Amino acid sequence: MEPTVGAQNERGMEGDGRKQHSASYTAASGTVAAGGAGPAATAVGGGDGRHALVPLEDFPVLNRTMRGKPVAYLDNGATSLTPRRVIEAEADYYRELSANIHRGVYQLSEEATERFDRARRLLAEFVGAESENQVIFTRGTTESINLVGYAWGRNRLKPGDEILTTELEHHSNIVVWQEVARETGAALRFIPVDPETTALQVDRLDEVLSSRTKLVAITGMSNVTGYRPPLRRIIEAAHQVGARVLVDGAQLVSHHPVDVSSLGADFLAWSGHKMCGPTGIGALYGKADVLDEMPPFHYGGDMITRVYRDHATYADPPQKFEAGTPNIGGAIALGEAVEYLTNVGMERIAAHERALTAYAFEQLSRFPDITIYGGTDIQDRAGIVSFGLGDVHSHDTGMILDGEGVAVRAGFHCAQPLMRLLGIIGTVRAGFYLYNTAEDVDRLVASLDKVREIFG
Amino acid sequence: MNLGDSLYKEIILDHYRAKKNRRRMEDADLVREGANPSCGDDIELFLKLDGTTIEDCSYEGVGCSICVASANMLCEGIRGKTIDEARELGVKFRTMLTQDGPADFPEEAEDLEAMQGVKKFPVRVKCALLAWTAFEQMTAE
Repeated sequence: MEPTVGAQNERGMEGDGRKQHSASYTAASGTVAAGGAGPAATAVGGGDGRHALVPLEDFPVLNRTMRGKPVAYLDNGATSLTPRRVIEAEADYYRELSANIHRGVYQLSEEATERFDRARRLLAEFVGAESENQVIFTRGTTESINLVGYAWGRNRLKPGDEILTTELEHHSNIVVWQEVARETGAALRFIPVDPETTALQVDRLDEVLSSRTKLVAITGMSNVTGYRPPLRRIIEAAHQVGARVLVDGAQLVSHHPVDVSSLGADFLAWSGHKMCGPTGIGALYGKADVLDEMPPFHYGGDMITRVYRDHATYADPPQKFEAGTPNIGGAIALGEAVEYLTNVGMERIAAHERALTAYAFEQLSRFPDITIYGGTDIQDRAGIVSFGLGDVHSHDTGMILDGEGVAVRAGFHCAQPLMRLLGIIGTVRAGFYLYNTAEDVDRLVASLDKVREIFG
Repeated sequence: MNLGDSLYKEIILDHYRAKKNRRRMEDADLVREGANPSCGDDIELFLKLDGTTIEDCSYEGVGCSICVASANMLCEGIRGKTIDEARELGVKFRTMLTQDGPADFPEEAEDLEAMQGVKKFPVRVKCALLAWTAFEQMTAE
């Protein structure tokens, strides 16, 4: 995979950045920090969104029905569907090996270790980590953020320090920091958000970022509106005041090429199940120096070098942070998912989603009773459309869509602060992935008539 | 087959749109908030008592159609009843939704039967029960 996120110039909000970006898109890749896949017209393999990027047969769930209808799966913001070969990779581990890793002196364990370590290498390469030792397996984004909160935040922060986050965050990237702030006496501050576009008011960064800021915890892509903050710019500003930056990559990593080493983030957290992998497995990337200076997160087996009666010494990263037998089958399957996505190409996936998002914006904008949250400027948005239909509660809309075989998310999406900012209690959210097509959008739009029929 | 249609019966939508009971009661004797953290439903239930008789009942808040319609049905169904009678009705309603109990409600509360379809949608059962749970809690003593 070509390096991407943040590898190129930061695109501002101005138009010429886009031009520069689309040129670089064909040359190298879609750059997350530079606004994704460029104009939807870039016909990079199915970039028009009309056809899925992969055979639908790859996904068993797409071959079943929901409420008696073919499945239009648009809840990718919550979790992605699992391709057959990922399911097989996990099953194969249990079928062929089922042995523990690292300490076994027999062939089954050796092979299991080999597959597990390979998965870590694939993951490290996928996000552009300098070394595979900087990728720690966790249960997912939430645990990754908690790891940083417990092992770094609690030990490093003190009264007078500040943690800077945003109202765009998923609860997992707010609540952890509320607790860390409460325990350490640090203060929690927020980068202002424009409620119309849900874009961060980066021009006002100076108002909230200072030498007191020790950590910036920020999403790489909103799980509600698909908005992508200008990460490179924020990271550079944070580093100038000596703050560390944690990027919540739950949405970003699954939908965009990411090159974390050129992006410069100190931490990147993400989940396997949003990128065609299984649930219960994810990862945390950390810069080598910060991982070295952090104490362990959990204590126990596998994370030590020597244990005495009254003390122990700890292994180097990543083992230092991986106490106990990990989710071996899940890790191996996630490695398989990485290969699956890499074969398709993250640039193509980003372009495909961008085309589908633009199409969904276009289709939904035709109806005066539909409100699209965050506006419809495609420039810094991707993969997700959040909307409301009249004053119908999102759960009612979601339920009626379910009856039509259309799977969407309804509610507040673990982002209550953003809902409050938007002045709503919830949205209907459709998110796209490599197996979605314009037909899925058409079915969504057509099914909304059903909602109008019932609630009109 | 379209289960969505069978859930959204006209009778439920009528209760959802009804405004009569959707009001804050300033002189309520009992007030109780009910919230469904997983879906953002959040209502407040108000009771005006005359001894042990429910003289008036109203609700306020936000919720999906099932939640709001159920709160409205509750208000209509329990007004004029004693607390014990109303609680009994609540048990019957809950039993219908959670244990496949019979839907033989008294005439003044017969609309509750329309909620029967909700039991096919486990995630919505708690929407239908939100107001009733608040009522049970506020009248527990």
